Amino acid sequence: MSEQIDQALERKYDAGFVSEIESETFAPGLNEDVIRRLSEIKGEPEWMTEWRLQAYRKWLKMDEPEWAHVDYPKVDYQSISYYSAPKSMKDKPKSLDEVDPELLRTYEKLGIPLHEQEMLAGVAVDAVFDSVSVVTTFREKLEEAGVIFCPISEALHKYPELVKKYLGTVVPKGDNFFAALNSAVFTDGSFVYIPKGVRCPMELSTYFRINEQNTGQFERTLIIAEEGSYVSYLEGCTAPQRDENQLHAAVVELVALDDAEIKYSTVQNWYPGDEDGKGGIYNFVTKRGLCEKNAKISWTQVETGSAVTWKYPSCILKGDNSVGEFYSVALTRGKQQADTGTKMIHLGKNTKSTIISKGISAGRSNNAYRGLVRMGPGAEGARNFTECDSLLIGDQCGAHTFPYIESSNPTAIVEHEATTSKVSDDQLFLCQQRGLDPEKAVSMIVNGFCKEVFRELPMEFAVEAGKLLEISLEGSVG
Amino acid sequence: MLSIKDLHARVEETTILKGLDLDIKPGEVHAIMGPNGAGKSTLGYVLSGREGYEVESGSVSLEDKDLLDMEVEERAQAGLFLAFQYPVEIPGVSNMEFMKESVNAMREARGEDALSSAEFLKKAKEACKQVELPLDFLKRGVNEGFSGGEKKRNEIMQMIMLEPKLAILDESDSGLDVDALQVVAKGVNSQRDGKRSFIVVTHYQRLLDYIEPDYVHILSNGKIVKSGGPELAKEVEKSGYAWLKEGEVA
Repeated sequence: MSEQIDQALERKYDAGFVSEIESETFAPGLNEDVIRRLSEIKGEPEWMTEWRLQAYRKWLKMDEPEWAHVDYPKVDYQSISYYSAPKSMKDKPKSLDEVDPELLRTYEKLGIPLHEQEMLAGVAVDAVFDSVSVVTTFREKLEEAGVIFCPISEALHKYPELVKKYLGTVVPKGDNFFAALNSAVFTDGSFVYIPKGVRCPMELSTYFRINEQNTGQFERTLIIAEEGSYVSYLEGCTAPQRDENQLHAAVVELVALDDAEIKYSTVQNWYPGDEDGKGGIYNFVTKRGLCEKNAKISWTQVETGSAVTWKYPSCILKGDNSVGEFYSVALTRGKQQADTGTKMIHLGKNTKSTIISKGISAGRSNNAYRGLVRMGPGAEGARNFTECDSLLIGDQCGAHTFPYIESSNPTAIVEHEATTSKVSDDQLFLCQQRGLDPEKAVSMIVNGFCKEVFRELPMEFAVEAGKLLEISLEGSVG
Repeated sequence: MLSIKDLHARVEETTILKGLDLDIKPGEVHAIMGPNGAGKSTLGYVLSGREGYEVESGSVSLEDKDLLDMEVEERAQAGLFLAFQYPVEIPGVSNMEFMKESVNAMREARGEDALSSAEFLKKAKEACKQVELPLDFLKRGVNEGFSGGEKKRNEIMQMIMLEPKLAILDESDSGLDVDALQVVAKGVNSQRDGKRSFIVVTHYQRLLDYIEPDYVHILSNGKIVKSGGPELAKEVEKSGYAWLKEGEVA
């Protein structure tokens, strides 16, 4: 492919700065004492400590999965620090005024002002910095509606019964290697509870930031939507530019009870490493939602960051007539590798799922879609539609599709469509002949390719996602 | 407006243009005719700077600026427009978005402010009307699922919106029925204002019944072998290009 595209693709990573913040960080290493200490710092109830230890013991017996189409050196789990928190957070600031201004500046630089009056109207934010939640905005307003939106560490104190009832019910603590590790050492994350019949009055969003060196980020998010409720939730992620790889192993559990709807959107922009694949985040994430009767869970993800991505947001369509959706844009460039997709497990009658996956590969990257559609014996009249499109930019990248279809019910219908296309010289030439520089041209072509997915994002974020793609494709031309 | 001197250009290892000279003054319409393989489309691509079309020697200036020294988009911004013979699809990008980016990129290059959405829409509606395309056309993906005739009309619509100084129409008549041909010609004629120049590349005389050229040139084997007025096109229509070969032999 033309040299111009390569130049257009030279990426800047705007979120790559490091904040000078004094942190309390555990020495690297993992054993039962580390977990106990972590649990103690967080003042957790006894059962939680025990839960973590059980997860840890399971993890010790598990092997790191090797089936994904990714290649990275083995992670040394003893060289990672499992807890890091800004020192200023130790005294638990009660309001924004008490929060370390350097922390607030970090988020401001990232375009996430945490002062409520400056924020996007209608979006509440939980800001997680390394291992702790810094601040959650708009809490009073949400409380009026009966919505709980707080760090999960706080939920463990304030609503232990709720957490205990649902934690690990969708992603069990021994579910997989990374989920078990997360269950043992998760430090913070968001907790959301929407009461029966309530339509959450605003978008909820969590912004994850890894700052400290040699630390892993293990956040845990739990969202419970009671009967007939609705919530739209968005997460964003960035990390400084560092030469070492850093591990991010999160778990997200969604519970949508009868007639409830959860819309979960992700804009993931972890540091992807440099052109030669040095540094970057290992993003090994387990996300799964459970749908009861008539419930709906919709995953939308825009993934541009991380050195290695291993991520399959899934839906268990347990209740009759429940609906699962997965809309994904995954962009890889440089030496990034992504193995991402979804699992739709149809158990109930007349359950429906839609999968739209758009993979864009550039540079020397590899982008794989891996998806499972399973129709259980009880999935009478269930339907799935899958569309899987790959766009190649240049001739040194790879796109791969691994669809798995299992059907145990003859009345279930599964459809799968897949296409692979290239940003062609013809398209590029047409755009340039109409006065657009190659950079703008590539970003416009890619945006067009992703349109079906962007449409699913909440409006403010659709714009942001478009811009993020543009930045990811940005570089100096000429 | 445009001055081409002794232009030699090749595609890969094959030299296609072999010493082409052409002078176009503001407001003039020049038709370029010739047999298949004469280098007609190559000329359009070389002038617009397409990758893979390499200039070996010669010079080209547009309004006294060295065209060959500019990037593709800079040539476009300088006022060179190429209506494609086979316009390519850009799925998911609407005609509207595409043209808005395009119009504003041109304006920016001229140091003008971007058009507001309302101003742009007005202009776009006008242009659609000129080439008899329905308005919902603007919402469709660029050339996505367009018929051959729609693609050609879409090219002319873009030309109308971009108001170039020099427009090259690369076989804008190919594959069109008479009605569509007239629409395309009408669109082009509406843009003839005494200042804007055109190069009309065509294989057949038919288009020139509707777009009357000031000059007709016959391109053969990479060179202009004969120039004349509109009557030259009629001659070609009558006797074809066979005489060229005889000429070469002689």
